[in-house]
Amino acid sequence: MTDTGRLIPRRRDMHPVPYDPEYKTSLTRSPNLPLLSLESTPSEETGPRFGHGLIGALDNNLILNFSKGAAPAIGERIRLHGRVVDENARPVPHTLVEVWQANAGGRYRHVKDTYFAPLDPNFGGCGRTLTDENGYYEFLTIRPGAYPWPNRGNDWRPMHIHVSVFGHSFGQRLITQTYFEGDPLIARCPIAATVKDRGQLDQLVAPLDMAASRPMDYLAYRFDIVLRGRRQTMFENKPEGM
Amino acid sequence: MVQKLGTLTETASQTGGPYVHIGCIPTFAGLPGVYPEDLGLSPIADGAKGEVITITGSIYDGTGWAMRDAMFESWQADGAGRYPDQLGADPAVNGFCRFAADKDSGEFTLRTIKPGAVKGHDGRMMAPHISVWIVARGINIGLHTRIYFEDEDNSADPLLARIEQRPRVETLIAKRIAAGQYRFDIRLQGPGETVFLDI
Repeated sequence: MTDTGRLIPRRRDMHPVPYDPEYKTSLTRSPNLPLLSLESTPSEETGPRFGHGLIGALDNNLILNFSKGAAPAIGERIRLHGRVVDENARPVPHTLVEVWQANAGGRYRHVKDTYFAPLDPNFGGCGRTLTDENGYYEFLTIRPGAYPWPNRGNDWRPMHIHVSVFGHSFGQRLITQTYFEGDPLIARCPIAATVKDRGQLDQLVAPLDMAASRPMDYLAYRFDIVLRGRRQTMFENKPEGM
Repeated sequence: MVQKLGTLTETASQTGGPYVHIGCIPTFAGLPGVYPEDLGLSPIADGAKGEVITITGSIYDGTGWAMRDAMFESWQADGAGRYPDQLGADPAVNGFCRFAADKDSGEFTLRTIKPGAVKGHDGRMMAPHISVWIVARGINIGLHTRIYFEDEDNSADPLLARIEQRPRVETLIAKRIAAGQYRFDIRLQGPGETVFLDI
């Protein structure tokens, strides 16, 4: 059956709360009024597609892509990999996955990041790839450092990689963050804690995946991503209630 | 006990954070050269059919401050109301654009063609509109909204018709300020709060 049905409505209780006093910036950046809930239309069920012509050979290698292969970034070498599937457990093939992260010292290459950990001349901090026909993706990168940020008196972000996924329809658009198994800062992070469902937060933590790591080279972490699915039914063309 | 559903739960969103530009529009963020150019620079190519328009605006937080760090994505139909995959769609319209609030003024600009009306599943026409998705530090899950146009007939649009408090419809309608130029401001909360969509 082709993907022609309506998007399955979002379960907002499985997502972060928009307004969370422990994450101060959210207080003035969250709508006060209820969202308008509607069935998806072609405007949400269609979406941009990106071809393989977009992706350069080093785009998913953050260790080398900033220096164009001239010199590797500093840090603990890791592979981040997994599958993008939808709520119906079907792979999402050929979809764009983008990542960004701090360097090994916890510093972003950004004019607004003034943390005094040094920049790495060979690390930019962004990467992208398309999933294969089975929804599979992988990146080679360095483990990002934890870093302090201005929120409560002494807040630190756990090690994390930001992940952006398109899916095949604009209504599937998702940005999330990958955390790393065993990081004690996850439990203290007010941004991670905006996700109130414990099981959903656990799903943001990538387990160490020794079987996918390479001896004498890199460790691997597995991060599977679930996007909204589409209702699969033969009844879609009938008016509501008929 | 009952049968086990094989369905999964969507991965939880997290904020795009203050450095979302590094991952999505790195050249804009000051990292030129990682990619040949940023993704989604323009939703149209030369020769796109329809009226070329420019939409400018700002996005305000609950204190009335124009945010400097928001990033937007837009998605739209071509001048005849067809999305890129659909039969007969204008090949010069890819429909997708990424743009950001200016780091000094907070103002954003979207240059595109005005989309045509789009037919909904029930056959009713949706007035010309551009879908917008907003991410920023402090926004824990990306916000969906739509831009409609003051100089179009929006009276029969099914989505606008669902807004109970009629003055709030105005928050989704871009104001025409000159030929081909529109203004669309977004307010995250407080008086004039934009209608955001769960769609």
